[in-house]
Amino acid sequence: MKLDTSGLESTSPFFGSGDELCPELSAAPSFALPLSTDFDEFQKDTKATLKHAKGTTTLAFIFKEGVMVAADSRASMGGYISSQSVKKIIEINPYMLGTMAGGAADCQFWHRNLGIKCRLHELANKRRISVTGASKLLANILYSYRGMGLSVGTMIAGWDETGPGLYYVDSEGGRLKGTRFSVGSGSPYAYGVLDSGYKFDMSIEEAAELARRAIYHATFRDAASGGVASVYYVGPNGWKKLSGDDVGELHYHYYPVTPSTVEQEMAEVAGA
Amino acid sequence: MTKQHPAWSPYDNNGGTCVAIAGADYCVTAADTRMSTGYSILSRDYSKIIKLADKCVMASSGFQADVKALQKLLAARHLIYQHQHNKQMSCPAMGQLLSNTLYYKRFFPYYSFNVLGGLDNEGKGCVYTYDAVGSYERVGYSSQGSGSTLIMPFLDNQLKSPSPLLLPAQDAVTPLSEAEAVDLVKTCFASATERDIYTASFFLFPPSLPLCDGIFGDKLEIVVLNKDGIHREYMELRKD
Repeated sequence: MKLDTSGLESTSPFFGSGDELCPELSAAPSFALPLSTDFDEFQKDTKATLKHAKGTTTLAFIFKEGVMVAADSRASMGGYISSQSVKKIIEINPYMLGTMAGGAADCQFWHRNLGIKCRLHELANKRRISVTGASKLLANILYSYRGMGLSVGTMIAGWDETGPGLYYVDSEGGRLKGTRFSVGSGSPYAYGVLDSGYKFDMSIEEAAELARRAIYHATFRDAASGGVASVYYVGPNGWKKLSGDDVGELHYHYYPVTPSTVEQEMAEVAGA
Repeated sequence: MTKQHPAWSPYDNNGGTCVAIAGADYCVTAADTRMSTGYSILSRDYSKIIKLADKCVMASSGFQADVKALQKLLAARHLIYQHQHNKQMSCPAMGQLLSNTLYYKRFFPYYSFNVLGGLDNEGKGCVYTYDAVGSYERVGYSSQGSGSTLIMPFLDNQLKSPSPLLLPAQDAVTPLSEAEAVDLVKTCFASATERDIYTASFFLFPPSLPLCDGIFGDKLEIVVLNKDGIHREYMELRKD
């Protein structure tokens, strides 16, 4: 089994060549594998207890002014909500964002790794990496780990020399270019709102509201999504966070409570 | 294909519960000192909290053999860091090192559930919470281990702060004073241990008895970090 550990080297401590005291500590990091005859069975046994699986809703779309990216913030382990404040939109560099769905650690680690690679590309070539290039770096890494149980469903959104860019990348090796994506357990609900409201000709405000509404309605129907609906916009000058709203409070924004007429009548009778 | 031998697992769960709370200028980290396997108690005096750097402690529950291996690796990495940079690692740096260290064992994980408590570069309390394969998040308070599902809702109820993701941002610092936070931690364990067999249960000493550490018995170990340094205190617990 050959694993792609390129890009991990830069995170190791820098030593001279003659370090014989403790070679494991100075060597480039690599992934320890179990001495098991049945790797798949081992992964199945460990995965259930140790990994944060994430029910998630994330979405991104290209429109007239750039790219809009939005996500919820819930992490769960089975039925237990392990966090309501996960940052699912990862800031790769000032012009590029990644979203996370699937295993929390897998997404976090490989996005961090992608950030390193994008920075190294920038230093080597004196220009920022394209969204196409960055998404392909990630897709190639994930493909080299195919079948080993990584769980990643991500969108890479950004602005490069060719304008706005949006790619969907997953741990099965898929990489799709597109203008409108939603990933995660809440994605069917988000797509419902997104597809019905989407136009290419939207202002930034309209697009942000559509993204926020789609996330809110997904958290409303999908028990595994919730927390805070964050909305980011990527334009020619890089990304900017536009809003972060607790979906519990958003509910009353979209569905204001009005006193029912029956209650008012009751009050009048009581007063009389 | 049917299995040829009874399933053997390289892992065990030694139980235990960890809690950490970050304040404006302090951080309280606590864990019980019971180590168990199944229904057997292996030790009543096993510390789960280690000091990784001057302003950084880690509390770990789970499989103590893995925890020990992880602690030794982090200690070695920190020693190298000190030789290279001639300073102590900061808590945020140690936070990311722990995340990476856990992820390098992604396919053969450390069966450990960690919370990292400390002070950041500005002297503010910080808590990082992890899963076994290295996903991490900076939070105001956290609990990990066998009693975490009992303690977390209680902490949410007492301390719930605005989410750091909210925009416009709201101040998310725990409003408690250091003494209040230590009391809250004790209360947490008092209620959680009523219902978790893997965490030692609470014993109220008569006020006349001194709270001495070192006697044989289950304890709650509390580590407080603040600008004056680090100090540990213990609270005696019952032995059932």
